[in-house]
Amino acid sequence: MLQLDAESLYAELLAGVRPLLKPESRLVGIWRGGAWLAERLQRDLGLPGPVGIISSTLHRDDFAERGLASGAGRTTLPFEIDAAHLVLVDDVLFTGRTIRAVINELYDFGRPASVQLAVLVDRGGRELPIAAAYAAARLVLPAEQKLALAQQDDGRFSFSVEPA
Amino acid sequence: MLMKRNPQLNKHGELIHLLSIEGLPRAVLTQILDTAGTFLSVNDREVKKVPLLRGKSVFNLFFENSTRTRTTFEIAAKRLSADVINLDIARSSTAKGESLLDTIANLSAMHADMFVVRHAESGAPYLIAQHVAPHVHVVNAGDGRHAHPTQGLLDMYTIRHFKKDFTQLTVAIVGDIVHSRVARSDIHALTTLGVPEIRAVGPKTLVPGDLAGMGVRVCHDMAEGIRDADVIIMLRLQNERMSGAMLPSAGEFFKHYGLTPEKLALAKPDCIVMHPGPINRGVEIDSSVADGSHSVILPQVTFGIAVRMAVMSTIAGNQA
Repeated sequence: MLQLDAESLYAELLAGVRPLLKPESRLVGIWRGGAWLAERLQRDLGLPGPVGIISSTLHRDDFAERGLASGAGRTTLPFEIDAAHLVLVDDVLFTGRTIRAVINELYDFGRPASVQLAVLVDRGGRELPIAAAYAAARLVLPAEQKLALAQQDDGRFSFSVEPA
Repeated sequence: MLMKRNPQLNKHGELIHLLSIEGLPRAVLTQILDTAGTFLSVNDREVKKVPLLRGKSVFNLFFENSTRTRTTFEIAAKRLSADVINLDIARSSTAKGESLLDTIANLSAMHADMFVVRHAESGAPYLIAQHVAPHVHVVNAGDGRHAHPTQGLLDMYTIRHFKKDFTQLTVAIVGDIVHSRVARSDIHALTTLGVPEIRAVGPKTLVPGDLAGMGVRVCHDMAEGIRDADVIIMLRLQNERMSGAMLPSAGEFFKHYGLTPEKLALAKPDCIVMHPGPINRGVEIDSSVADGSHSVILPQVTFGIAVRMAVMSTIAGNQA
């Protein structure tokens, strides 16, 4: 049984995101796990203002099969996207399809100057040419296994690993 | 006992057509309202369009005229990136004697993915839904006196937007209830969403006592009907009713049931006033009320686009 200590991975992510930031950079967390991470990173890095939150719902490529996933979050970008340096944050990078959808979503709001990606876990299995600028852990999981971040009431993170 | 499945739902209980609010579970209504909230925010983007229905063809079939409803459906479908085809059926094939199902079969052969149907006959959208291929979806945009479910849903969205919670509200629906598909859809939706007091207000000819069977309180006195209401939904008085001897005159109706500032003062101070449009100023509603601070008639129109986007994307994403 795979054990992933989400809290110690978060500490590594915090250290790994710092060098990606330019003075004007903004964090954008991907709903849901990525949004939790971005909010905590924002505090721990002492960055000003609110984080952005972005949802892949309206640009997913599996809409025809899955329909609208209910409760899949809403994009809130409380700053100018045009010419911004953005760091997308997510819990797990897998096929890359969510990232593709999220980049399309971003472009509905403007043209950023640069977009980077930082994740807690890169689990391999990419189906698109997408890579993270920083991953706190890289591992390979069987495709049928589900890996998702959870947040406890006290704000601490944990990973749940389920067979799909 | 074998229950006949609601033709709007697939075997997983997911919405595949929207034909009527009657019989839809609260969770389905709430999900559409939540989804509409997401689409409302699309209006604030630089690109006011999302690709959910890209490559799909939506056919607007209006056998009865309605510029506003057809336009809002068209905008909603276009914001979802669908191709929209508007057919002015009243002036084309039906006039040449083609049957409804032949019309549908022909349009299906043109690869329609969704039909938005307005028809003077109650039940016409049901008939269409029964005969389309499994991948084709049907939205009822108003059928006879029966139902106007997207108007009902946009009214619920409006109420939830301004009042947050349904379970403490008093809602008065005023006017020609008996001929109104909007009233019927509103009453079903309000009941399903848990509104404790729904009043149907109007003269006996337009609000018969047997409406109480729908779970509403019938009031023939306007003051009693709107006293302490949180929400007042005014209905359009259709001119043809006047000639049908159901009402003495428009002036007489306005005197008793027209919403004036004096009558509105009987409702709660934060009461909202709604109207499905088009409004008849001075017939069912005074201009100063229609344009006043309690009126949410124009927000209803804006919300209507988001709600129709939510309905179309929800049904398009579910398989028969």
